[in-house]
Amino acid sequence: MGTVSRGFFGRRTAADVKLPPGQYLTTDFPVLSAGPTPKIALEKWEFTVDDGTNVLRRWNWKSFRELPTENITADLHCVTRWSKLGTHWEGVSLDTILGEIESDAEYAVVRSYGDYTTNLPLADLRNKQAWIAFRFDDEDLAPEHGGPARLLIPHLYLWKSAKWVRGIRLMHEDQPGFWESLGYHDYGDPWREQRYSGDE
Amino acid sequence: MMWRVGTVVALHDETPTARTITLQVADWPSHVAGQHVDVRLTAPDGYSAVRSYSLASAPNAEGRVELTVERLPDGEVSPYLTQELAVGERLELRGPIGGWFVWRSRQTEPIQLIAGGSGIVPLMAMIRSRASAGSTVPFRLLYSVREPGAVFYRDELQAISSRDDSVTLTYANTRAAPKDFPRPPGRVDTSFIAESDLAL
Repeated sequence: MGTVSRGFFGRRTAADVKLPPGQYLTTDFPVLSAGPTPKIALEKWEFTVDDGTNVLRRWNWKSFRELPTENITADLHCVTRWSKLGTHWEGVSLDTILGEIESDAEYAVVRSYGDYTTNLPLADLRNKQAWIAFRFDDEDLAPEHGGPARLLIPHLYLWKSAKWVRGIRLMHEDQPGFWESLGYHDYGDPWREQRYSGDE
Repeated sequence: MMWRVGTVVALHDETPTARTITLQVADWPSHVAGQHVDVRLTAPDGYSAVRSYSLASAPNAEGRVELTVERLPDGEVSPYLTQELAVGERLELRGPIGGWFVWRSRQTEPIQLIAGGSGIVPLMAMIRSRASAGSTVPFRLLYSVREPGAVFYRDELQAISSRDDSVTLTYANTRAAPKDFPRPPGRVDTSFIAESDLAL
């Protein structure tokens, strides 16, 4: 144990709420952005999957919204230490998006309008773990929370759930995204408290 | 990233709810203006709570680290830091963290800073960094506060902008304005920006 803080007793979370280490519970929905909120007209929106050379799949808003959707209940964990439990979303599973694509790529870079990027192993986008979400709490997803559509990948810290998502690039090598190049962890598992570069 | 122990060498109340904590950290690796630290409090039974706070001090080689903490009424850590912590006590921290929202003294482009409330803290580190490096880059600060008594660093900001023509300071008051203030209280909007000759 480190230095004991004289006179500090803390305020514990209720014992029946299990949070990842170092997180505290919030009931509002904080907004943190590295830049301005992009305005994206639905008639110009598109989503692509490419391999760095060729576009493998492309959707416009209409064709994207014709894909089967799922209702998702997810706990969100932000690296700035707030957690929000039991949030409700509607989105398209990445299993649907990636389903027919054959690739031996092992990594992915998710790209957003506004040029944000984040990287992750391709396996983390498969197997019912990730969605392109476009509704939150039965409302169209607000621009400040990533609308029209954002990645939702709740088993990683929330910076991986890229807002204003526009595409996924399949990669043979891991390439750090925006925050991953600026001191944050390459993978970002909240239960292993992988916040910063160098955390195990 | 390793935890370090700082010793509190000074405390200064900026406002009735905000306190600047000056720490001496033996092996501090210095930092860049705009970065933050994690602060950890530990209770006698080992329970701990961690929060992130912006660094207020300019980069320096003396291991002096200043934080300014605003007390949140229902906070777990900020009431301790602003009311309990005493000079001579020890505080655990790790950092510096973050490589995005930073200002380096070798930067040459003019800067418009915009702060609301305690958001002034990392910007003050930039203003102090500019001063300590002898930079002559034009800096403008737009600083929005609820009421005049909520201004942090008032005398220092006044002194810097008085002696240096390339630093300009504009206040906005959202709930109560000083008697001689040219505008009624209100949020910063486009007319405010137009009338204030800001570089936006």
